[in-house]
Amino acid sequence: MDGEELTAQETALYDRQIRVWGVDAQRRLSKSHILVSGMNGTVAEFCKNIVLAGVGSLTLMDDRLVTEEDLLANFLIRPDEKEFGGRSLAEFCCDSLREFNPMVRVSVEKGDLASFDGEFFDKFDAVVVARCSLAIKKVINAKCRKRSKGTQIAFYAVDCRDSCGEIFVDLQNYTYAQNSPDDCLLKYPSFEEAITVPWRTLPKRTTKLYFAMRVIESFEQAEGRNPGETSLADLPRVLVLRKELCEAQSLNESQIPVGLLERLLAGTREYPPVCAILGGILGQEVIKAISGKGDPLKNFFLFDVVDGKGVIEDISNPTET
Amino acid sequence: MDSQKQAIKGAKVLMVGAGGIGCELLKTLALSGFEDIHIIDMDTIEVSNLNRQFLFRQWHVGQSKAKVAREAVLKFRPHINITPYHANVKDPEFNIDFFKQFNVVLNGLDNLDARRHVNRICLAANVPLVESGTTGFLGQVTVHVKSKTECYECQPKPTPKTYPVCTITSTPSKFVHCIVWAKDLLFAKLFGDKNQENDLNVRSGDAASSSEHTEDVFERRLNEDPEQYGQRIYDHVFGYNIDAALANEETWRNRNRPKPIYIKDVMPDKPQQQNGNLDDNSVNGNSTVSAMPSLGLKNPQNIWSLLENTRIFLESLKLFLVKREKEIGNLTFDKDDQLAVEFVTAAANIRAASFGIPMQSLFEAKGIAGNIVHAVATTNAITAGLIVIEAIKILQSDATNYRMTYIVEHPLRKMLLMPVEPFEPNKSCYVCSETPLSLEINTNRSKLRDFVEKIVKNKLGMHSPSIMHGTSLIYEVGDDLEEDFANNYALNLEKFLSELPSPVTSGTVLTVEDFQQELSCSIYIKHREEFDEEKEPDGMLLTGWTPAPSNDDTRPISNGESSSNASKQLPGTQEDSDEISAVAADKEIALTGSKRKQSEISDVDGEVAISACTSGIKGSNQKPEEVDDNGDDDVVMLDENPCKKKRLQ
Ligand SMILES: [Zn+2]
Repeated sequence: MDGEELTAQETALYDRQIRVWGVDAQRRLSKSHILVSGMNGTVAEFCKNIVLAGVGSLTLMDDRLVTEEDLLANFLIRPDEKEFGGRSLAEFCCDSLREFNPMVRVSVEKGDLASFDGEFFDKFDAVVVARCSLAIKKVINAKCRKRSKGTQIAFYAVDCRDSCGEIFVDLQNYTYAQNSPDDCLLKYPSFEEAITVPWRTLPKRTTKLYFAMRVIESFEQAEGRNPGETSLADLPRVLVLRKELCEAQSLNESQIPVGLLERLLAGTREYPPVCAILGGILGQEVIKAISGKGDPLKNFFLFDVVDGKGVIEDISNPTET
Repeated sequence: MDSQKQAIKGAKVLMVGAGGIGCELLKTLALSGFEDIHIIDMDTIEVSNLNRQFLFRQWHVGQSKAKVAREAVLKFRPHINITPYHANVKDPEFNIDFFKQFNVVLNGLDNLDARRHVNRICLAANVPLVESGTTGFLGQVTVHVKSKTECYECQPKPTPKTYPVCTITSTPSKFVHCIVWAKDLLFAKLFGDKNQENDLNVRSGDAASSSEHTEDVFERRLNEDPEQYGQRIYDHVFGYNIDAALANEETWRNRNRPKPIYIKDVMPDKPQQQNGNLDDNSVNGNSTVSAMPSLGLKNPQNIWSLLENTRIFLESLKLFLVKREKEIGNLTFDKDDQLAVEFVTAAANIRAASFGIPMQSLFEAKGIAGNIVHAVATTNAITAGLIVIEAIKILQSDATNYRMTYIVEHPLRKMLLMPVEPFEPNKSCYVCSETPLSLEINTNRSKLRDFVEKIVKNKLGMHSPSIMHGTSLIYEVGDDLEEDFANNYALNLEKFLSELPSPVTSGTVLTVEDFQQELSCSIYIKHREEFDEEKEPDGMLLTGWTPAPSNDDTRPISNGESSSNASKQLPGTQEDSDEISAVAADKEIALTGSKRKQSEISDVDGEVAISACTSGIKGSNQKPEEVDDNGDDDVVMLDENPCKKKRLQ
């Protein structure tokens, strides 16, 4: 008990979830500040989940104007609203999210997150990025890691392509209470460290989707594309890249099936059921990290509708864990 | 993908339930391109829904869930058709013909009874069903397609937990026993229907004498002051009754003796002057009447002292008498009725104190009394995503890829979402195959009423049953019965089986039917003289409805079948303990990596519990076995599945 009690209003609203994670966790949630950048359907799901859970504040970043495409998987935007010129995607989403829970402060921050200086990040307990290139992920992840205020900033990156999805988690050095008498310490690698872990050192059963996502990501970087700016026409060059990467990493090319690459290249739209699943898992992970309850996943979560598995892969150098 | 889009666009789907899973499901269906969605839900919106049922707002409280959900989704998908029904799915309008118009039925229900009902109608209408459930971070989605996969009832579901009457009335040992006493006996006696049978004053040993003596104790005397009345009730139930019970030495030979509690022990000063002032309670509605503020108690998480509980007891009882007098005689316990929760919490705590059982906070007591299930938005969202994925497979008749998926809290074989191939139908399932059941029963001492209540309604889940012995109808339910038939059935109910006009004895075969569910089954009757009070509390034993031949008698079926004692049982209180064990089992999985107790989540969101059912997995060292991880179509297989299984088609 740190003196502050939940109000009667909070107790009534959060009754069912307090029964899951307890009053202390609820109190920590209500003091937390979350930043998201990139308002796609998956992030809309995530935002809904944590606003309902009762975080203290949520800051949205996405200056783009609403297009027809944005309506497909994002239930926070009403089709009749897209006519109203001048307002950004983040602003539209903000209006809807505020309605979900009046006790959460939802606001919009303009600008390009990657160019913000480090102090800006100090306000937040967790930063979530989506629709974000390889280079930008690295930059933002690094900025989160450099801050050394009292608590660490949790970093998450989420991608949804076709009916596949990936979540990356970096909690730096994370201690949490387990059943055992001793607290458990997890050491997370940064995104850059994780993706440079040599493939041949990974377990044979590592999910193929992990490798396929790295190939697509590298391809977009090499071609200077924005995330998701791909089509089936890119396949020949992607296969060349697959060959190069697999040779360099001593991985059998069959570990990255052509069919999977085809789906990832062509399916640039989000698949709403997968948005719900990824947004749900991501919401749960952020709630765990903030509340300090439950063992967080380390450090990739991958889901593919085709086999239906939601798999956790620990991609880190054995020496660092 | 285009064929998938066409299949989705042309599909007509029925959602049952617009609650925690339902809100998420309706949203995800609409985003996924479904254009013709029907949704049934009888509930109205409550404040405690708002933390996860995100289509609802504060100002919707009290309105129909189905209707408000429709309006909310139309805001982001204005051009699709959503047809809401603010009604009970068990209503006769939702008959087999109604169900036949849909390509698939999607359940987001919160209780076993409705789930069984929908399962039966889907089987009869031959419409595929996707079933789901969540509790806390655990969830489950299953696919039920007639004759291809098991039906919802192929694995018996534990029926609601009941407690032996004497545990509740005389020898409580857990807090939940005190809650059941406070809610089903004391609260019902004071504020409920006076004509209901009530075991409040029944004590083992001297039931007859005491009930005569105390028959009018609970009646408020003419012009009796509410405070005096409250104190008199208090002294009677916590003091006098305990003293009287203590007189029976036999009961306490192997038990801790309870301590009688009288007002004067707890409040040596005059209690009425210490109690809060009624006028402090500015009242504008039942849900706002509360005893806590006037006594300075705010935090529902705190555990009150015996004195505080005593004050709450007296104050809440007084408030019922003064502020809610008109409702007395018609009240049933409602977890959203603040004053009722306060009264039950205080009464349960005082009784707990008397029996040396640790007291609990109002928050905890409310959870137990209201069978409140833990629920969070994230699990519901994930579940809804999985339901839509399976629904789309069904629309494309992609039977080889149907999966049931478990959402687990702690990774199992690296997985948080674990797909499993559906099981084949259970050949001994009385619901989806025509397997006869057999019933061991004392035909000379069991009345037809016992059979109807305990077996036909409770175990077989029928709502409008008819019972045939050969060609003669011995019982039937219906609105349009002729009077002499109805009278005859009423007479039959009170007869022992062997004394019915066409006597039911060993060897008799009864046919039990429910026309609405289009379900019929035969029951072989076997007379048996004695039953074990502990293990066979119903005084009868239904068999034949087992997952598969098994020599393991620790199977959970027996838990579900018989969990309480004595010829009389208290209905109702369904404990959360099943749920807890499910969560515990899940933890166990994570810790040992090899232990797996599958948690079947059968009820959700507001009503009740989960059952730790091992649908196919039992024992302590089985683990799901993965089939060749290199194939692209690999799935997790569970070994030792009694319904030996597999690959569909
Ligand atoms: Zn069945």
